[in-house]
Amino acid sequence: MTTTTSTDTLLRLRDLEVRIGDASIVRGVSLDVRRGEVLGLIGPNGAGKSTLLRAATGLLPLTHGTVEVAGAPLTQLDRRARAQAIAVVQQLPEAPPTMRLAELVLLGRNPHLGLLARESAHDYAVAQDSMERAGCADLADRMLGTLSGGQRRRAFIARALAQEAPLLLLDEPTANLDVQAQCEIFELIRALAANGAGVLVVVHDLTLAATYCDRLVLLAAGSVVAQGAPHEVVTSANVARVYGDRVTVINDPSHAAPIVVPARAGDGGNP
Amino acid sequence: MTAPEAIALPRSSARRRGSLGPFAIAWLLLAVVVVLATMLGTTSIPASAVLGAIWNHLPLIGGGVSVEQGWERIVIDVRLPRVVTAGLAGAALASSGAAYQGVFRNPLADPFLLGVASGAALGAALGVVLPIPALGYSAVPVLAFVGAVIAVVLAYTASRTGATVSNTSLILAGVAIAAMAGAATSFILLTSNERALTIFGFLFGSFNAASWPRALTALPYLVVGITVLLVYARVLNVLQLDEEQADQLGVDVSRTRMAVLTAASLTAATAVAMAGVIGFVGLIVPHVVRIVFGVDYRRVLPLSALLGAVFLIAADMLARTVLRPQEVPVGIVTAMVGGPFFLALMRSRLGALR
Repeated sequence: MTTTTSTDTLLRLRDLEVRIGDASIVRGVSLDVRRGEVLGLIGPNGAGKSTLLRAATGLLPLTHGTVEVAGAPLTQLDRRARAQAIAVVQQLPEAPPTMRLAELVLLGRNPHLGLLARESAHDYAVAQDSMERAGCADLADRMLGTLSGGQRRRAFIARALAQEAPLLLLDEPTANLDVQAQCEIFELIRALAANGAGVLVVVHDLTLAATYCDRLVLLAAGSVVAQGAPHEVVTSANVARVYGDRVTVINDPSHAAPIVVPARAGDGGNP
Repeated sequence: MTAPEAIALPRSSARRRGSLGPFAIAWLLLAVVVVLATMLGTTSIPASAVLGAIWNHLPLIGGGVSVEQGWERIVIDVRLPRVVTAGLAGAALASSGAAYQGVFRNPLADPFLLGVASGAALGAALGVVLPIPALGYSAVPVLAFVGAVIAVVLAYTASRTGATVSNTSLILAGVAIAAMAGAATSFILLTSNERALTIFGFLFGSFNAASWPRALTALPYLVVGITVLLVYARVLNVLQLDEEQADQLGVDVSRTRMAVLTAASLTAATAVAMAGVIGFVGLIVPHVVRIVFGVDYRRVLPLSALLGAVFLIAADMLARTVLRPQEVPVGIVTAMVGGPFFLALMRSRLGALR
């Protein structure tokens, strides 16, 4: 990362706290997502990753702290302006099984359309382009109910691209996918970042996160434990601290990023 | 973007079946069924006389066709108001049903979900038993409309917390209000002796009280209601995703839901006031449209309105001809004929998805 100006920071969270009822789910979280980078949000189940993502998009009220999107406070954006600035793909988004893929992608144009507006040729062109970038243009006519898990993920990513928002937030885009599909989805995410998008992605698989993200934020019990380059964050000490000692981190010279593997009880420590 | 890519999407997806085809078919069906239903009755009237009589009564351009006097009177004063009323009610029930299903994302939702039917029935029952001489017989549709609106407003109010209304509490409130209104109607039925038959007639739906003044009174409410639904059609597509996604795509979910439900309830309440409680139209017509023409609400809503009109005009035609001169309640016909047709279509669709 070179030096960054404020316009390069697409998402800026400062000292964020989110309370739900009496419980503080997220606290003291600060992070930046810059143009052209993939920032991975990692941490165990219940660490507050999805809550943080939802707070960053204005779905949950903040107890404390600020969210800025491309320099503007989130609270100053109305729904449509927000949807033009941030595109979100939820973990397992719902959609009618008989909806066609192209129809879903076209819904991504909604932030750009008024109540009485119809999609113009431009909107169709953007949707088409989004499907091509997400690698699902050949499936445009298919019903969502007939798609595989990986194809379905591409469909929703294409819808997010159709929003033409500079910032993409993806909640576990590779959940329930086989390893090949996981790699393909992350290659796609890298390509989007290379085209200038800023991507914040929640990832469960630490090896995958370390392989594909520029920087990582490790969250545990609602707070940031570590953030920085993958090899600085995914360390034996951090992983043991957050995930317990059943997990081993291997720094293999043949692989650029740290590899995290499960270790059965009684197998001993690092090889 | 090169030109071929730009046109690839419309051709390959939502517009695949052509954007005019289904509407042309639906309008044609409507024209055919209107003429057919006007021809049939105690006296059969030839199509030429039906068309001539209609032409003679068209404002500004009409007139000049010679039609036998008796036939013209039957067409204009007796059959046509009934056909038009059935068509309006069918359009209202089917489009509001489609809207309810869209807002609740529940295929079982129908126009009567929030207590419209039971509120209207109670209003009608009160209209039958209470002596309101000033209103005369027209007290029944007016009170039915008022009852339906009160029921829906109560359901909204009871389920609201702050500015938001959850789908589940709205449905639960609707069920509770329907139960209370239903109990009150039953009580009135038990104590009303010979008037009970009139109330029963309302509960099963019938068009035998149809008249031009009644149809014209209902028209403005239907025009407003259905127009609002059509305006929201594209946004209803976004609502087919879950609420969180719709919000993230820039839709004000609460406000949209309110607007659509208000318009749909107004539309359904007007239909009930015109013709009583006719079940099934609002449930099956939108589903048939979805199965045949896809899930885009910009097609589902207008096509439901058109085909709902076709369906109810045809059902009423059967209702008054199968046991001539006796009439069958139209609600019985809609269920007996529509049910098997719908089941068959659903089965074939399930086969296609597999």
